[in-house]
Amino acid sequence: MAIHLFIPCLIDQFSPETGFSSLRILEKLGHTVSYSQEQLCCGQPFFKTGYWEKTRPIAKKTINNFRNARYVVAPSGSCVNMIRHHYEELFIDDPVWLDRAGDLSSRVFELTEFLVKVEKIENIGGHFNDTVTYHDSCQVLSGLGLSSEPRKLLKNKQGIDFIEMERSHVCCGFGGVFSFKFPHISKAMVRDKVNTILASKAHIVTGCEISCLMHIRGYLDTYDIPVRTMHIADILAKGI
Amino acid sequence: MKVSCHKFKQESKRALGDRHLQKALRIVDERLRAKRDQAFGELENGEELRSKAHEIKKHTLEHLDEYLEKLESSVERIGGTVHWASDSKSACNIIENIALENRVHTIVKGKSMVTEEIELNDRLISRGFDVFETDLGEFIIQLADEPPSHIVGPAIHKTKEQISRLFSEKFNIERMNDPEDMTMFARKTLREKFLNADMGITGVNFAVSETGTIVLFENEGNIRLTTTLPRIHVAIMGIEKVIPTLSDLGVLIKLLARSATGQKMPVYMSMISGSRRIEERDGSDVFHLVILDNGRSDILNDEPLKETLFCIRCGACLNSCPVYLKAGGHAYGWVYSGPIGSILTPQMVDREKAGQLPYASTLCGACAEICPVKINIPGILLELRRRYTEESDWKAPTPLLEKALVSLYSLSMEKRFLYEKGAFAARLIQRPFIVESSVLGRLSCIKKLRETYNILPLSKQSFRQQFKARKGCGK
Repeated sequence: MAIHLFIPCLIDQFSPETGFSSLRILEKLGHTVSYSQEQLCCGQPFFKTGYWEKTRPIAKKTINNFRNARYVVAPSGSCVNMIRHHYEELFIDDPVWLDRAGDLSSRVFELTEFLVKVEKIENIGGHFNDTVTYHDSCQVLSGLGLSSEPRKLLKNKQGIDFIEMERSHVCCGFGGVFSFKFPHISKAMVRDKVNTILASKAHIVTGCEISCLMHIRGYLDTYDIPVRTMHIADILAKGI
Repeated sequence: MKVSCHKFKQESKRALGDRHLQKALRIVDERLRAKRDQAFGELENGEELRSKAHEIKKHTLEHLDEYLEKLESSVERIGGTVHWASDSKSACNIIENIALENRVHTIVKGKSMVTEEIELNDRLISRGFDVFETDLGEFIIQLADEPPSHIVGPAIHKTKEQISRLFSEKFNIERMNDPEDMTMFARKTLREKFLNADMGITGVNFAVSETGTIVLFENEGNIRLTTTLPRIHVAIMGIEKVIPTLSDLGVLIKLLARSATGQKMPVYMSMISGSRRIEERDGSDVFHLVILDNGRSDILNDEPLKETLFCIRCGACLNSCPVYLKAGGHAYGWVYSGPIGSILTPQMVDREKAGQLPYASTLCGACAEICPVKINIPGILLELRRRYTEESDWKAPTPLLEKALVSLYSLSMEKRFLYEKGAFAARLIQRPFIVESSVLGRLSCIKKLRETYNILPLSKQSFRQQFKARKGCGK
């Protein structure tokens, strides 16, 4: 099955290893994976700040890049949510692009969603020996409705000691432009999140959305807290 | 109340430093939220009810003129008088005139957000009437001369120590430590007011169009006294509070108390159909209903924002909002706070002043998940952000730096060349910042920036660079 890998800008620039983990997982499953250097950003930061006019050309570019792909898979829940649920809002008055946006929205999948829902794979193989807890990113949980999918994949990984943290569904406080406009509230929120992570006693916090993990990591690094963040793709790709 | 929503940033900062407030907000989170979840968990068809409630509200607003006219005729049929108020000033005038015509001296009030919205107390007190809030929370904040900080629990920001001190100062009595003693004191004080009052003013939770019945929810019994003891009862409602039938009420009552306080039903639910009949013992002699617009028609006619009017003022979105639970209610700078405040305030008061509020959200969606009438609050926040950014009649001060950065950044996401060169430049520029031992890294302002914004460094090489190198190709 031909799959187009979508590596959104944050993973491209801040966490390239996550891109390679995703690539490895998909190739391991026997897929031909293509990656186009033309892809850049889904436009989410501009859309959510209110700059819809500036988002449209970016969205068009993304739609064009993936127009021939049977499946587009991205290790980033919020970008998938943006494409699936918000592109059509952008083109509500433009029937041609509305149609194209709707078409892409049915072909784009978050990585764990693709594995469990499309591929029907709940055990990816390999092993990972550590204690892990999972943060439900808002766009992944409320936006894409994914909760059991990433958990199944994690729990079925050999060697993983999976621990649920309390209030896993509560926002980490990032919220894109929010964290720049109101850094003090954002920080108070991530402090609560880190406290629940610490209470779980897990060594690693994982999730399906890089921006939340970066936000949490920023706090952990600033205060030298000995917990690591790891994108779920990086855990799943271990030992396969 | 004075509108201060333009100070959201600084007020929320202050709130984060207020130990008492943070403690109170944790209690909102732990108790109210948890009780709501439990109450909904026990409902078999909670989701179905929410969808039904959404449909009821949608249908009613689509035929609002019809249902309001019917409400008017129903209320008049059972002997009440209906007044239409286009704005705060006219609503205050109407109520003041009712009080003057009936030679009223003392007024008791049930908790009502809409009277806060129109600043009714200030008006009546300035004209020489004695006005007493009788809901315990409202009683406390009236004494403290503060606005409500929560739609359901107006004094939720106050600790029992602060209330004890307030009572002691205002009534010149000894400090009490037991909340029960304080409540009994308030009750005793208020009983006298009830007995002397000539007029009772309440809000309205629901107004049933077909019967002219107004429905009021409460837990303390003060609304029952406010509506039955004084000669005159004046109820005031926003135009969106009307519902078509008693069977619609059946759906909404299952949701309101559960969403607000986690109760199946409130302790008291009053259904008032006009004034006391001759054969009845309880009730007012005269009943007036004031129906207020105050900007609501504009919202009604604004298709993308219309759902804002579905709100039944349960406060659940506040209790679930991680931003409200840090910033507290006062930071939002007007009567309505939390997520619903963030969408109502820009539409009802000064747009320019309210420009920060749509951004005071991570768009996490907790409010939409909990809303009993399924208002798409994140969607409305996004639409408001779009208007503030792109529409000329929705202007709020946007920092020039933001505009410049967005323009540059968005262009680089459109053009691969710019994106790649930009990333290259960013890697060069960040170097002295991220190495803590470097000259810049040691500067305290850089340290502070890093600490405030949780900024992480870009990786040494991007995915695309490494991919190209590995595969030796890449289109």
